[in-house]
Formats: sequence, structure tokens, C-alpha cells
Amino acid sequence: MPLLLLVLLPLVGSLLPALILRPAGRTAPALAAAVVTIAALLAAFPGLLAAFAGTPMAVYWPWLPQAGLDLALRMDGLAALFVLLILGIGLLVILYAQYYLAKEEALGRFYSLFLLFMGAMLGVVLSDHLLQLVVFWELTSLSSFLLIGFNHQSREARGGAAMALTITGGGGLALLAGCLLLGQIAGTYRISALLHMGDLIRAHALYVPTLLLILLGACTKSAQFPFHFWLPRAMAAPTPVSAYLHSATLVKAGVFLLARLFPVLSGTDLWFFAVGGAGLLTLLYGAYHALFQHDLKGLLAYSTISHLGLIVLLFGIDTPLAAVAGVFHLINHATFKASLFMAAGIIDHETGTRDMRLINGLWGYMPRTAALAMAAAAAMAGVPLLNGFLSKEMFFAETLHLSALGPARWLAPLAATLAGVFAVAYSARFIHDVFFNGQPRDLPKFPPHEPPRFMQLPVVILVGQCLLVGIFPGLTVAPFLALAAGDMLGAPLPDYSLAIWHGFNAPLAMSLVALVGGLGLYSARRWLFALHHQHWPAMDALALFQSSVERMVSAAGRLTHVLENGSLQRATALLLLAAVAAVCWPLATTTAALTGPLRLSPIDGLTLVGALLMMGAAVLAALWHRRRFTVLIALSVVGLMVVLAFVRFSAPDLALTQLAVEVVTILLLILALFFLPQHGRPESRPLRRGRDLLLALGMGGGAGMLTWSILTRPFAAISDFYLANSLPGGGGANVVNVILVDFRGFDTLGEITVLAVAALGIFALLDNLCLEAGTVEGLPRRYADERHTLVLSLLTRLLLPLALLVSIHLFLRGHNAPGGGFIAGLVTAVALILQSMASGIAWTRQQWRMRYQPLIAWGVLIASATGAGSWLFGHPFLTSAFGHFSLPLVGELELATAMLFDFGVYLAVVGVVMLILATLGNLNLRCAEARKGGG
Amino acid sequence: MEALAACTVAVLVACGVYLLLRARTFSVVVGLSLLSYAVNLFLFFTGRLLASAPPLVGSGAGAEGAIADPLPQALVLTAIVIGFAMTAFVLILALRARGELGNDHVDGKGGR
Repeated sequence: MPLLLLVLLPLVGSLLPALILRPAGRTAPALAAAVVTIAALLAAFPGLLAAFAGTPMAVYWPWLPQAGLDLALRMDGLAALFVLLILGIGLLVILYAQYYLAKEEALGRFYSLFLLFMGAMLGVVLSDHLLQLVVFWELTSLSSFLLIGFNHQSREARGGAAMALTITGGGGLALLAGCLLLGQIAGTYRISALLHMGDLIRAHALYVPTLLLILLGACTKSAQFPFHFWLPRAMAAPTPVSAYLHSATLVKAGVFLLARLFPVLSGTDLWFFAVGGAGLLTLLYGAYHALFQHDLKGLLAYSTISHLGLIVLLFGIDTPLAAVAGVFHLINHATFKASLFMAAGIIDHETGTRDMRLINGLWGYMPRTAALAMAAAAAMAGVPLLNGFLSKEMFFAETLHLSALGPARWLAPLAATLAGVFAVAYSARFIHDVFFNGQPRDLPKFPPHEPPRFMQLPVVILVGQCLLVGIFPGLTVAPFLALAAGDMLGAPLPDYSLAIWHGFNAPLAMSLVALVGGLGLYSARRWLFALHHQHWPAMDALALFQSSVERMVSAAGRLTHVLENGSLQRATALLLLAAVAAVCWPLATTTAALTGPLRLSPIDGLTLVGALLMMGAAVLAALWHRRRFTVLIALSVVGLMVVLAFVRFSAPDLALTQLAVEVVTILLLILALFFLPQHGRPESRPLRRGRDLLLALGMGGGAGMLTWSILTRPFAAISDFYLANSLPGGGGANVVNVILVDFRGFDTLGEITVLAVAALGIFALLDNLCLEAGTVEGLPRRYADERHTLVLSLLTRLLLPLALLVSIHLFLRGHNAPGGGFIAGLVTAVALILQSMASGIAWTRQQWRMRYQPLIAWGVLIASATGAGSWLFGHPFLTSAFGHFSLPLVGELELATAMLFDFGVYLAVVGVVMLILATLGNLNLRCAEARKGGG
Repeated sequence: MEALAACTVAVLVACGVYLLLRARTFSVVVGLSLLSYAVNLFLFFTGRLLASAPPLVGSGAGAEGAIADPLPQALVLTAIVIGFAMTAFVLILALRARGELGNDHVDGKGGR
């Protein structure tokens, strides 16, 4: 349970600083963040003790056990070390940021994001489930994106954040793939179980892709060459963020992953060459480039890259001792790099610049900061009596025993020494160029002062650690190192000693060469800088990344423009072409006969006439499509013939529905035509018409063949179930209606919801829309002067009650005879619309004051509530019940809950149809009112 | 009869598609309506062409066993109503487009 608390505290606590209002003062958010962090440290304490006792604490919370998914947290030695680093350095950074950030900056947001990131990092190191680890991993990418882009008004910060997200997020996807493969190979996603399956996994055929994918994830996160370039760009972040992200946390996540999966994945040649190679290249590349940075943070960024390379190289060397050295250097790097970033931030804060060409001679202005920064930089260089020396010594020693390289075994110590030389040189530059080397030049802020004591305090603590570890390694870091390295290896630790003095030996000689060589290199810097700027190739990974991103964006733009050039015709034609091709291909390759074995039924004359009428009207509609009113007549002929087809082939419900819908559709089209040009000009060239005709024939032919081959084949329907159960199960004789309101009631509920959404969408579309009445391409069209004929308006008023009665009848009988909510609703709507048509909108509005949106809402609500009602009786959603009751005078009456549901459908349908037509019909009226009101 | 049904569906689809590919909104809406008729008919026809056998049970009409398939009918019934909502939505969209753009072109050439 403390583990769960440990992860949840920062994640949930991240809300706290954001919720604190600005008037609460600038200390409040930092205080909240500090309290949360301290609470998390306390929560980590039992886990830490358990890890030391050798019985790691774990918590498993099953979520989808069938899929092997659960919440799994486990805190072994390796995780414990990282938890300490994350929380400890986090606490120091919170204190530091309190003084670094200006009062007017969004402090609440900063500390919220900071805690969010902290929680994500804790999740990564504590996860005992591969996929859960990936989730937290991506969360670190996202939250670091927000942290790096904290100064979002700065273009540089946004660019740096986006690049960090692209690279680390992309690597996260590779990691996900790798973890899925790993889980498939092992048959489990639980990391603690996986760790014992190393032999099985290394022998598996999928080992190579798995390893490469996971390495891709780790190397992007830990800024290994050639994915290193996001890290210097991420220096656009506020310095506290850099101090946290690039010392102990974000970039160490990749290293952590390598350490975590070390027992599973290491021990092969591929691991040695891939991991070791990436580490070696990064080590040299970063060390070389760090020397040539003029930006203080840029130097630290490249040095971070280099040191990460060193750690990765140590893991790649693949011996237990090298792994111990890697973990040791990881701890040391976290402490001295965090303090260096903080010192750089202090200098930036006090001088207003980070350019080392301007900052000189600060020893005279801020000696305390200078002393601290110099100690930390010396640790970075690997000077004796500081922690960096010890781990670097171990590293040098390890490179001497690389038998795997064969005859090229001298290469590793040489490269290591070279990297050491550069490390000393850039550290010397950090010390000499900033604190000595004459007087400052044109500083934006002058003279610089010592920062507030509490801003210095975190640096003091960290540098103190560097010294303590460097002088008394056995008393300070040894137990933590043994614990973490032991749990990383999953095997007994090799013998090693953390002493400062091992006698005169090869590693010491390498250290000395590095020290002397580095100082020499630094003194020759002028000549070196000139050489570097002349001869270093301008093409680097950053430029490659940026140009490939640009190329991809423009290629995507071009492709989009080819497919979608603003013409619906082109898009539709492409879609239809694809559909025709998809149908033609199997048709061309199939050997099955088009015609099935079923005997055909005879054609009767009446049906033939109806079909011919329908087809003829459709063809006319297509031919005369520019004469729009005529097209409507043709369309209504088709619709009515469809109604008759439903009647002819035993579908009374459909016929009724289609008839009513036909009326409202045509009315709607007429209303719309009022606002559209009544005639169209020929727009298409003959070639285009030919293409469209071919497409149309292709689609039509395909649909016809499909119909034919279905109708001539025997089939087995699932409808027998509905037919058999309609009366006993649903209590209705009209199977279609019972399906709608009972068997498939959930679908119907969805459908009326869609209807409601469409109607509201239409209402929104028509809002504030004013259109001129339609014209014949420029000419005003004359309408009949007589607005409302007397006969029609009188007749419709008389007919209204009758029509409503019919609709009630249709509704009530719907369960047992053709009818039901849909049909009744449509009939009601038609009757009401007829009023508006005959007597005018204004008159109808006076008589019938009704808002349709509530009607729709009630309809959907009643239908849903009927469904939910069955929960009260312990049945699943939309279980229906029915019973027969006898009432005096009325006789026997059947009541079903489905009827209530159908009533919801009825209300929704009435509301939808009326809302659509009334809004459209009102358009002119509202516009006139708006104009009057506005004028 | 089956051939006639197939022919009808084919002609309706072809005319609908042709109209769908015209350059002005109104034709597209009419084309969509024709297409939805065609699709509804097609779905309905998959339940077979039976005369005088509505899917009403218990009334004696289906006593001989030959009764129309209710499932496609239920599907088509909602399809008709949804089809109406879709037609209406597209139509109003066309009106709005005319209001916003000042023309009723869908070929991207209205601005010229």
C-alpha cells in the first residue's frame, strides 16, 4: 500500500499547486509541492527498508486478469535507488526553483507539471508490469514536453519541447512494440517474473527485433547518438527543469530500462556491440562537442550526453563489474550534474546571460558559488577526492579487459582516455572561462551578486555529497550501490572495492593522462576552436531531423492536395472508384456462377408497370437534374413506387413509414429549393460526364448483380427466432415492431439518439443564417401571390384532429398490427406540418406554442428511462415486461413496457421532424425579425 | 421477379451515383435520396420477395409457414427514418454553405 501511495501522491498532488490561487503568495505552490514530495519520501521509507532487508515490497491489483493486465508495483534495490534520486533531487530542485522563477511566472503550473513528471518517473521505476511501465514512460515524455515548453511564449522553447516529444515519444512507441514482443516471448508481462527467463528469451527467434526495439526506446530517451540532438534543444527549459530532467530523471529513464532488463537481454554479442557501440559513440561525440559550446547550459547538455554514453557503454561491456560501475556513475552523475545545472542557473540569473564569451572572472563577484561550481565541475572531470573520480576509475579499469574486441582491444582504453581528455578540457573551460579569464564583458546585469542563501543550499548539499562520496565511499554510497547493483544483476555481486587508492596501475595512469591531456587541450583552445568551426561538417543529425520533418509535412500536404482539392466530386469519384474496384476484383477472379439454383418467381403485369415507372422516374431525375423542380416530381414518383413495392412484398410497416417520410422529405426539399437556385447550368464537360456515367454504371451493375445473386440463392435467416418468440417473449404479434422496441431495442435507442443529434445539428446550422430567396441564376423568381388558399386551410384545420386520432390509433396498435412509434410520430408530424403549409407559419405558431427541443429530449429520456427501469427489477437494460389487463368499458387491454419505450420513440420522431421543418420554414421569418431588431 | 428487383436496384443506384457526382449541392442531395431508396430496397429484398405474407404472427396469416422476413424490415424501417434525417442534414448543410460561401458548388469552383 505505501507503494501505491508513493506513486499516487505526486500524481494526485500535482493538482494541488495548480489549485492554489495567485493571491496565496509565491511560496504557496512551492510549499505544496515540497510537502507532497516529503510525504512521498515518507511513503517510500518502508519500501526502502524492505528492499534493504532483501524482501522487496510489491503490490498487485488485478484489473483484467484474463488479459494479464494488472496494476503492479514493486520496489527492489534498483527501483529504491531511483526513488531516492527522483525524490531527493526533486526536493532540492523545488527549493531551488522557488528562488529561480520570477514572481510573475505561472508558479502553480510549474509545480503541478513538476509533480506530474515526478509521479510519472516514480511510476516508471516502480512498475512491475511491462505495459504499465510503457504507459508511465509515455507520461514522462508528455509531462517533460510540458515542462520543457514551460515558457510557451518562446518559439525556441516550443520547438525544443516538440522535438523532445517527437523523439522520446517515437522511441516510446518502439519500446511498446518491444515490450509486447518480450511479453509474448516470455508469456508474462510481469517484470519480476521475466527476470529469471533470460536464457529462454535470448534463445528465442524474436530476440533480435525485441532487443532492437527496446534499445530504440532506451536510446531515444537517454539521448544516445544519433538521437542525442533533442537534449541540447531541450535546454530552452527553465534551468530547474534542466537540472531535474537531465541529471537524475528523464534521461536516466533510458538507462534505468537498460539496467532493469539487464538480466533478460544482456549477455549476447548483439547486446555488446549495439549497446556498447551506441554508448562509445555517444561518449566521444558528447565529450567532443561539449568543449565547443559557448552556452553554459549547452556545455552541460553535451556533457550530459557524453556521461549517459559512458553509463550505457558500461552496461554494454556486459560484465557484472562494469554494471556496478555503471550504476555508480549513474548516482555520481546525478549529483554533480544537478549541482552544475543549478550553478549555471544561478550564474544565468545573476548575470542575465549564459554565454561563456561574456561571462568571465566571476570569482571576484560570487566566490561561494564559484567554489561550489568548481568542485562540481572537478567531479565531472574526474578529479581525485570527488565522486566522479571513483566511477571513472572503475570505467577505465573495465575498458582494459575487453576480450570480445579481439585484436582491436586497445581501442576501448584509447577511446575512454580520449573521452576523459575532453571531459577534463570542457570541465576546465567551465571553471576557467567562467570564474577567471579576465573581467566580465557587457553583462546584461552588472555587477553579479551571490544568490540568496537558500538558493545556494541545494547546490551545497549536492556538492557536499560529491565530496563525501569521493572521500568516504565506503561509509556513504557503498550500501546503496551494493543494493541497487545486486538487484539489477539478479545475481551475487562481484568483488570490488570503492577505495580511492589502488596503487599505481593502468587506470590511474589513464586518469593522469586525461588530466594532463585535458588541461593541455584546453590551453590550446583558440587553435582548436578555429579548426572545429572550419572543418566540422555542417550536416548533423539535428538538420537531418528537421529537413526530414519538413519534407514529410510537405509531402503529406501534396498528397492531401491530390486527393482533396476542394472538390467533393473528386473525393466522391475516388471513393466510388475504389468501391467498384473492390467489387470487380473478386468478381473477375471468382469461378462461382452469378445465378444461384433457386427457382425464379413469375412476374406479374402490375409489378412490372410499377418497376418500370420507378426506373423511368429515376432516369428522368438523372437526365433533368438541372431542372430542379421537375426533379422533385420525379423523385417523389420514385418514392411512391418504393412505397408500393413495400406493399407488394408484404411490408406494411415499411410502406406506412416510407409514405410519411416521403411527404416530409419532399416538403423539406421544396422549402430548401426556395433558397437555392431553381435551375442549374451545365457544369461538366462531356468527358467528365462520360467518366461519371461509367462509374454510375459500374456501381449500378455491381449492386444489381449482388441483388440478383442473393435473390437466386437459398438462405438461412436468423429471423425464425424472432418469429417464434415475438408473441411469447415480446407480447406482440407485429414482429417488426417487436424487434424494434424489444429484441433490438438498444439499436432503436441509438437510432433515435442519432435522430436527435441530427436535428440539433440542423438547428445549429440554421442558427443566424439569412439567405436570399432562390433565383433563376440571377433572375428573381415569382411566386404565387395568393399565400394561403382558404379551402386548404379550412380543410386542414378540420382534418387535424382526425389525423391525430389516426396517429394515436397507429401508435396503440403498433405492437400487434402495422404501426408503432416511428409511424405514428411521422403521421403526427405530417398533420402538424400541413397546418403550417396551409395557414402559414405565423398562424400556426400562434396556435401551437411548442418548443421541439424539449420534446426530443423527453423522447430520448423516456426511452432511456424505460430501459433503465428494468434495472430496478434486477433485469438487464431494456428488458421488457407485458401483461393483459381488463378495463371496464374498454375491454381487455395489453400493456407492455415496450409501449412506453415506443412512446419515447414517438415523441423523439415528432420533435425531430418538426424541429427540422419548422426551423427551415421559419428561416425567412426569423431573418426578417432579426433585421427589424437589428435595424 | 428477381430479375426485375435486381434491375430496379441497379437503375436506382446508377442514377443516384450519377447525380452524386454533379457539381451542385441540390443534385447531390437528390442523388443521396435515390441511393438511399436503392439501399433500402436492396436490404428489403434480401428478405425475399413474398406477396401477402406480412410478418404478423398469431393472426393466421403466417399459418402456412410462408411469412416475410421481419429482420430486414425492421432494419429498413429505421433506415428510412435515419435516411430522412441524413437527407435533411445534408440539405441544410448545403443551405448553410450557400449562406456562408454565396454559392452552391461542391466542385471547388464556386469562387470563380
